[in-house]
Amino acid sequence: MSHEAVLHGDAHGHDDHGHHEHHDTFLTKYVFSQDHKMIAKQFLITGMVWAVLGGLMSVLFRLQLGYPDSTFPFLEDLLGKWGKGGRITPEAYYALVTTHGTVLVFFVLTAGLSGTFANFLIPLQVGARDMASPFMNMLSYWFFFAASIVMLSSMFVETGPFSGGWTAYPPLSALGDASPGSKTGMDLWIISMALFVVSSLLGGLNYIATILNMRTKGMSMTRLPLTIWALFFTAVLGVLSFPVLFSGFILLIFDRNFGTSFYLSDIFVNGVGALPNEGGSAILYQHLFWFLGHPEVYIILLPAMGMVSEILSINSRKPIFGYMAMIGSLFAIAILAFLVWAHHMFVTGLNPFLGSVFVLLTLLIAVPSAIKVFNWLTTLWRGNIRFTPAMLFAIGFVSLFISGGLTGIWLGNSALDIHLHDTYFVIAHFHIVMGVASMFGMFAGIYHWFPKMYGKQLNNTLGYIHFWVTIAGAYLIFWPMHYEGLAGMPRRYYDFSIWESFKQFGELNKFISLVSMIVFMVQLLFLFNFFYSIFKGRKLTKQNPWDATTLEWTAPINPGHGNWVGEIPEVHRWPYDYGKDGVDFIAQTTPVGADESQH
Amino acid sequence: MSTIATNEPQRIHPHRFIMWIAIGSIVMMFAGMTSAYIVKKNQGNWLAIELPVLFWYSTAVILASSVTIFLANTALKAGKTSFYKTLITITAILGVVFISMQWEGFKDLETRGIALIGPQSNSASSFLFVITGLHMLHVLGGVIALIVTFFRSFWVQEGQINLVPTQIVATYWHFVDVLWIYLFIFYQLIA
Ligand code: HEM
Ligand SMILES: [Cu+2]
Repeated sequence: MSHEAVLHGDAHGHDDHGHHEHHDTFLTKYVFSQDHKMIAKQFLITGMVWAVLGGLMSVLFRLQLGYPDSTFPFLEDLLGKWGKGGRITPEAYYALVTTHGTVLVFFVLTAGLSGTFANFLIPLQVGARDMASPFMNMLSYWFFFAASIVMLSSMFVETGPFSGGWTAYPPLSALGDASPGSKTGMDLWIISMALFVVSSLLGGLNYIATILNMRTKGMSMTRLPLTIWALFFTAVLGVLSFPVLFSGFILLIFDRNFGTSFYLSDIFVNGVGALPNEGGSAILYQHLFWFLGHPEVYIILLPAMGMVSEILSINSRKPIFGYMAMIGSLFAIAILAFLVWAHHMFVTGLNPFLGSVFVLLTLLIAVPSAIKVFNWLTTLWRGNIRFTPAMLFAIGFVSLFISGGLTGIWLGNSALDIHLHDTYFVIAHFHIVMGVASMFGMFAGIYHWFPKMYGKQLNNTLGYIHFWVTIAGAYLIFWPMHYEGLAGMPRRYYDFSIWESFKQFGELNKFISLVSMIVFMVQLLFLFNFFYSIFKGRKLTKQNPWDATTLEWTAPINPGHGNWVGEIPEVHRWPYDYGKDGVDFIAQTTPVGADESQH
Repeated sequence: MSTIATNEPQRIHPHRFIMWIAIGSIVMMFAGMTSAYIVKKNQGNWLAIELPVLFWYSTAVILASSVTIFLANTALKAGKTSFYKTLITITAILGVVFISMQWEGFKDLETRGIALIGPQSNSASSFLFVITGLHMLHVLGGVIALIVTFFRSFWVQEGQINLVPTQIVATYWHFVDVLWIYLFIFYQLIA
């Protein structure tokens, strides 16, 4: 025991050896906890609540898209005036799409994913008793919680939640008179997002500081598991890009409430007349938004990439192929993520020369992406594969990332994008590569680390059903959307049946809606498995159930605040010694033997 | 006081490190703002504004406050606690003076007929207001942190003051100073 850092919050005691000396109250243990493991669970469960709500919203608007001519009386019971006559109103449709996008992107796949696994894994895998600042970490969750409450309350205001799309482009977001959702709903949306940004920043600062400063003895940067590297780059992206979004929001607030003309100009509004504003530029907002927006998609993806790398290696009983290349490609992706934002703006009248620069930079991302894919495949190659549910989801991730990455290369060509922009092709692209793929990463992580989180086992059979239905369903839902998009079917339309050219997709849309309902049901099965197993699951008997090398499995089955009893273990090797010298696995804590071969 | 222990020798205190990353984050926010300013300016419809003279004086004030907080920390290290308290107080007062001078600068613009917000405003003046105002809020945050450190020096026993929080506040204070210098030069160059 040598150097000590003072922890915030003296109320929360644990001694140097990390076991509890005093009794936690319910409030300090489960609610205002400063234990990174409890905070991780808080993020996870809040994220799950949002995933269910957001998923339910998509089922509702798929009902409209699949059955535009039918009425469903239960909708009126559920939604009141928003489901008048058993049909979702156009206003409600847009509100549902917008809220679905916002909560899935930010609350589920950012807070729910990074918040859960960065909190849970960073201290446990780098060998620290807790985060650099447990107090800030607690605040990070409570800001997220406040953001959640505000977003939730926006569902219940008279004029409805914001309905201008998750990207919140002006003028719909800047002008209260533009649509019902642009009034109070938008005020609440922006407050909620501001709180969310603060939460992400507090979290990110801590993750970075913990990874760089709190590693245990022997844990050099090149001995870190790839999960940690991925979470590190994720946090860096967040800390550098969320503030820019925040700037964009500040200007938006001024346009909304103080009559400035950053984004608004003298456009004509039906029923209002010409606006008094002059010279504002809606495109300016798009630059600020996508400067965050593109890094944000990697904030969502990188944690999944990290966990998948880990899980593939463990369950192939082989070292990860190209450890340094994996770090290098993460680094390249993180850099490029800041240089490609304008590929979302090819049709905004962007200077074509500038457009071609962004085409080049965008297509460059394919290089590190391909490096990662090949390394995953070569890790699997001739492995001694254990098909656990976590492993299946990890393999599913690789499949989805390939499928969705390839369509990215289409979209990245500005000439093709003129046709494909704002069609279902884009919807298909980003749902496969980001939405579903990151969900798969998250599921893989949950199946893999559940035993560490709760000291229990999840039911495998339910896990297999969950996986097979979800992967089949994901492809059945999103694959056909490519064809719709190629045929020019635009996104964000309420009813396609009134166009001759899109009538051909009527049956297909019905099919997609049907599958999405089945997939939603299967997620409920997963939730049942999750919550049932927390209480009634088989108790974990092995401290290291997956025969893994990393540090978290050297901690007790249900670690207390402080993680290890006694000294924090010392690290002697990298985390991927699987099958070395004929030994199944060698833990990171095992000293290097005299006659051991080099890797 | 509970502690966390790490086996690895600490090169830099984790909390100080957090402050450095937070500074990076704030820099990105202002970089976003000033980039937006440039983009907007290049789109035309831009009012050339002469900065209020007061901004020159406020610049001098915030520079002076950086000197006083530096001296304060030196005093603290030397164990001269009462001198430290005086200097911290002076720094906080200079911060408040800076904020009020900026505010007066805004009023000066308005009396010259330049609307900062509202339908009559031009985005050049609105940007000036929003960016400068955002910086003022950061200085205000620093003043609050100074007040907290000031009172902390009473609670803690003489000679046992933990230097880390005061160093963190000083780092932040120097940062908002430099940030203002950047903004001030930026306004002069890209006006
Ligand atoms: C080789 C890799 C990729 C390329 C070249 C690429 C390219 C593009 C382009 C050009 C667009 C804009 C399409 C349009 O609106 O017209 C787009 C949209 C999008 N991409 Fe990708 N992408 C790639 C990978 C990814 C990854 C890995 C993610 C997420 C993890 C992602 C998430 C998104 C999202 C969320 C959108 C749509 C946002 C919206 O408009 O609502 N992409 N992509
Ligand atoms: Cu992008």
